[in-house]
Amino acid sequence: MAEKILMKGNEALAEAAVAAGCRYFFGYPITPQNEVPEYMSKRLPELKGTFVQAESEVAAINMVYGAASAGVRCMTSSSSPGISLKQEGISYMVGSQLPCVVVNMMRGGPGLGTIQPSQGDYFQATKGGGHGDYKLLVLAPSSIQEMVNLTMEAFDLAEKYRNPVMILGDGMLGQMMEPVIIEPKEPALYDKSWATTGTEGKRKPNVVNSLFIQAEECEKHNINLQEKFLQMEQNEVRYETLYEDAEYFLVGYGTTARIMRTVVNMARAQGLSVGLIRPITLFPFPHVAFDRVASHAKGFLVVEMSAGQMVEDVRLAVNGRQPVAFHGRTGGMAPEPKHILAELIKLMGEVK
Amino acid sequence: MAIVFERPKSLTNVTTHYCPGCTHGIIHRLIAEVMDELDIAGKTIGIAPVGCSVFAYNYFNCDMVQAAHGRAPAVATGLKRALPDQVIFSYQGDGDLASIGTAEIVHAAHRGENITVIFVNNAIYGMTGGQMAPTSLLEQKTTTSPYGRQEAQTGKPIRMSEMLATLDSTALISRVSVHNAANVLKAKKMIKQAFIAQQKGLGFSMVEVLSTCPTNWGLSPIEALKWLEGNMIPYYPLKDFKVPEEVK
Repeated sequence: MAEKILMKGNEALAEAAVAAGCRYFFGYPITPQNEVPEYMSKRLPELKGTFVQAESEVAAINMVYGAASAGVRCMTSSSSPGISLKQEGISYMVGSQLPCVVVNMMRGGPGLGTIQPSQGDYFQATKGGGHGDYKLLVLAPSSIQEMVNLTMEAFDLAEKYRNPVMILGDGMLGQMMEPVIIEPKEPALYDKSWATTGTEGKRKPNVVNSLFIQAEECEKHNINLQEKFLQMEQNEVRYETLYEDAEYFLVGYGTTARIMRTVVNMARAQGLSVGLIRPITLFPFPHVAFDRVASHAKGFLVVEMSAGQMVEDVRLAVNGRQPVAFHGRTGGMAPEPKHILAELIKLMGEVK
Repeated sequence: MAIVFERPKSLTNVTTHYCPGCTHGIIHRLIAEVMDELDIAGKTIGIAPVGCSVFAYNYFNCDMVQAAHGRAPAVATGLKRALPDQVIFSYQGDGDLASIGTAEIVHAAHRGENITVIFVNNAIYGMTGGQMAPTSLLEQKTTTSPYGRQEAQTGKPIRMSEMLATLDSTALISRVSVHNAANVLKAKKMIKQAFIAQQKGLGFSMVEVLSTCPTNWGLSPIEALKWLEGNMIPYYPLKDFKVPEEVK
């Protein structure tokens, strides 16, 4: 049993990747995720792994593309502006069916924005991000321990589906410290017969490729990819619900969900029937969580550190059955419990 | 009866998509002959670029990875770091390497990545239909320099080998040509030395191969070879900028 230690989010995430068998890291400095590459630059050489500080995020994701082609566990991490630069490579990795883990410790945007935490990249993370029809598995931890667990799981999921998996955190989760247990585990064994490791004269050449120049072939390829995304929707939905019998629900992920737990307690202390729905997988989105409360719920308040992105998925999930209100802060500001509670009480008044 | 000429085992038995008179086929063959002679096809992973040679993954009889436009040296870096005992080469055109991929090639060279780059310079974008490249010569007419390349608007052509040779981390940098038999043989020798340099762990090696594009130059194959010799070589001199003693 590994011991409980106090760790900063970014460092815990990096050690979790190591514990999951990741030995190859390619990255580029950007705040607020610098502790990830810094930790890896120290840790990976101890394990005869490789850390490369790339010349850009573009190069870093393409180094990941190369290492993933060789079938090894590899990752990159960045923050919002850097993730924008990685989108080309991420699209190619989906197209070439390569596994990897990409970490986005979101900061405020658009443009250079701010280094403070944000959730403004939800659309980019969950709706594709780069060019073409594709999805990433997107995991949104809400505590450092959960970030550790999801990071370790992300490597298995990436290999299971041969698709990049994104850990969507934010500057708050990256920078805060919490006690964690990191238990190394043997990587699950997935088929790697597709990897380009050299034929050694024993098999036909493998090709890692996203080009299907004939439209019929490219459509067939797309249908296969969509089948994988459907499998993810069927198998990988994760969420947490507090007080499933409540009449009103706060809905949020990541850092915002932490704040909302406080609001749930404040509201319930006042005798209000309030629960929480916290998506853990943002793609696939947990529609089922909303179906399960549809018969008794009276309304939902979505809170994000954005101008309103996940709220669109919540509205699709609720499908007009109940009102869906929104409260958001942008530009690196975090929502405050008293303001969320006020919005919640306002929603209750409107419903009655 | 003795076989005196046959397809190298490191080339697949398919017809290429290259235009008549294009020298990509010669360069592919030289690489394949070198892979045969060094007996490395089983441990080689090649990287195809975006451009005319995007389909190189169909032609080399070894594991192949297709990379995004210009990113082959970064992909090669990831592959080589994961598979240090394997032979990794990228095959890139001048649009790929000298334009969109300048950051990736400069920094793979700057890190001294132990990879081999075959840089095919034909002074034009071929696959997209003959647009101007950073390597296009002054006054050269292309579909995006219809009045001829003008220095005032586009500067002078970029010389990648000269630039990369200034980086202390590079091991082998050479410019060769395939416009006649003698130069084809010289080109093969240098490609072989570049692969040997990688096998010996000497670091980054790049062979720039001057190549023709009869289709987009608007010339016959023979005229194109003459144009290369008369126009490209004066600006892009054939030269061993750096060749380590260990591979000579």
